[in-house]
Amino acid sequence: MKTANKTVTAERLVRDALEKAKHFADYNIFTFINEEGALEKAREIDAKIARGEKVGRLAGVPYALKDNFLSPKGEATASAHILEGFTSPITATAVKKLEDEGAIMIGRTNMDAFAHGSSTESSYFGPTLNSHNKERVAGGSSGGSAVAVALDIVEFATGTDTGGSIRQPASFNGVYGLKPTYGTISRYGVVAMASSTDCIGFFTKTPDDMDLLMEIASGQDPKDLTTLPDYYNNNPGTESDDSCAKIGIIKDFDNESVHPGIRQALKNKVELLKSKGHEVVELEMPTLKYALAAYYIIVPAEIASNLSRYDGVRYGFRSEKSENLEALYKNTRSEGFMPENKRRIMIGNFVLSSGFYDAYFLKAAKARTLIVKEYEKAFRECDFILTPVSPNPAFKLGEKVNDPVAMYLEDLMSVSLNLAGVPGLAIPAGETKEGLPLGLQLVGPRRSDKSLIKFSKELA
Amino acid sequence: MDIKREDILHLADLSDFSLSDTEIDSLGGDLKEIIKYISQLEELDTDNIEPTYQVFEMENVWREDEIKPQDATRDELLALTKEEKDHQIKVPKVL
Repeated sequence: MKTANKTVTAERLVRDALEKAKHFADYNIFTFINEEGALEKAREIDAKIARGEKVGRLAGVPYALKDNFLSPKGEATASAHILEGFTSPITATAVKKLEDEGAIMIGRTNMDAFAHGSSTESSYFGPTLNSHNKERVAGGSSGGSAVAVALDIVEFATGTDTGGSIRQPASFNGVYGLKPTYGTISRYGVVAMASSTDCIGFFTKTPDDMDLLMEIASGQDPKDLTTLPDYYNNNPGTESDDSCAKIGIIKDFDNESVHPGIRQALKNKVELLKSKGHEVVELEMPTLKYALAAYYIIVPAEIASNLSRYDGVRYGFRSEKSENLEALYKNTRSEGFMPENKRRIMIGNFVLSSGFYDAYFLKAAKARTLIVKEYEKAFRECDFILTPVSPNPAFKLGEKVNDPVAMYLEDLMSVSLNLAGVPGLAIPAGETKEGLPLGLQLVGPRRSDKSLIKFSKELA
Repeated sequence: MDIKREDILHLADLSDFSLSDTEIDSLGGDLKEIIKYISQLEELDTDNIEPTYQVFEMENVWREDEIKPQDATRDELLALTKEEKDHQIKVPKVL
């Protein structure tokens, strides 16, 4: 990616990005534009360069920040009404690491409120439009971030992926999107959705950019005790010869319910791999079809717990005219949550309530064990798996918004990775006849993120 | 399974929000569909399978029990609330 130097200043890069952000305002990508803050930081970096001082690996690189990352720049609302007016006094570890290397935040990006959704239509600020077709959804929940990169406003954007929220919008907009191994990047300062599956990752235009961002952002953080000791930068296993990789294709995963364009894209990539001398094997993974049901039990349960903290007392929106404290909680939550937030919280409380716990939550946790094992078995048979990200390319705005199950089915192929904690990289894989981007995902075993990114170049 | 109007109201109560009549109808209908979908897990044989609650490979990450400066000050945190009095958060009466 382009960094600032003596001839191309950080201020120039930032001004270009801000101008493009304004030019594409009708796509509803940003919830906040960091104009003054970005220019101020750019000038600081330019002064350093002029003095001949050392600057970071992302010096002057404009980037977009998903609205669920905390930083003191702009209101951090997770695009939810209930967080309206909240400006964070703290900075997320991931943001700090990027900005210590000189990256400059241009704006906060739109998302489904609290990252509950697959289209960015569940944002309090309205939907973001698809980069390739304004009548289509951006995907979600990180829709704004994906479109900001796809329209070349910024060099990269941050995202969070709890069940596909990076990979699906990446594939709907034709860019790279990585969900790393669970625990790779600190979640300190990021609004929690489902703690056992939430991951932080990025949108980029190239695998090399993704690799650089992972080198910078990964690693153990004393502020997040669910971070793994740094493996990304100490991974000797990545020197292996790529000329003979074994790639798994999941049997029955490309059936009739999958859009023909996506099936064709998968076929094309399989041919490409074979032509480059890689071996392609077929995998049986019969439990994966239950991953979505397990996901929509486990994740709402964790959501119900994580979202119980929003009560209007300490920060964010507070409903007016409440007679007593109990009413304050209820009114704030009734007015502050989107319908999709309410659906998920209620489902979560349903599957956790006595009488239903064993049949739903416990059952799903057992299904999760089978899914983890199925991936472990698969990676004894191959190095990476190549699958669709979602059954369809970007759908029409409004098409699924009143049918939650149809919306959830869009996550069918992405959620199992989160349940198993394995990394997945969405890669661009051509377009439909109508010009809609198509994506596939390359899946690897835990901690294979670096080799996964490297191998994705074989598919370019 | 059958989800009745009182079940929806009970779940809303557990969730600490109230629902309008239109929401009871629309969310209630959605919940039925979602529960129908997730109930397909019944088909899956999970006899003698241990549950998995997290996929983080480590256990018991220890740290020293020491006081460290925090990222936000008390005043910064209090400034986030709607009403403050004498360094306390003010809310309507409890009873």
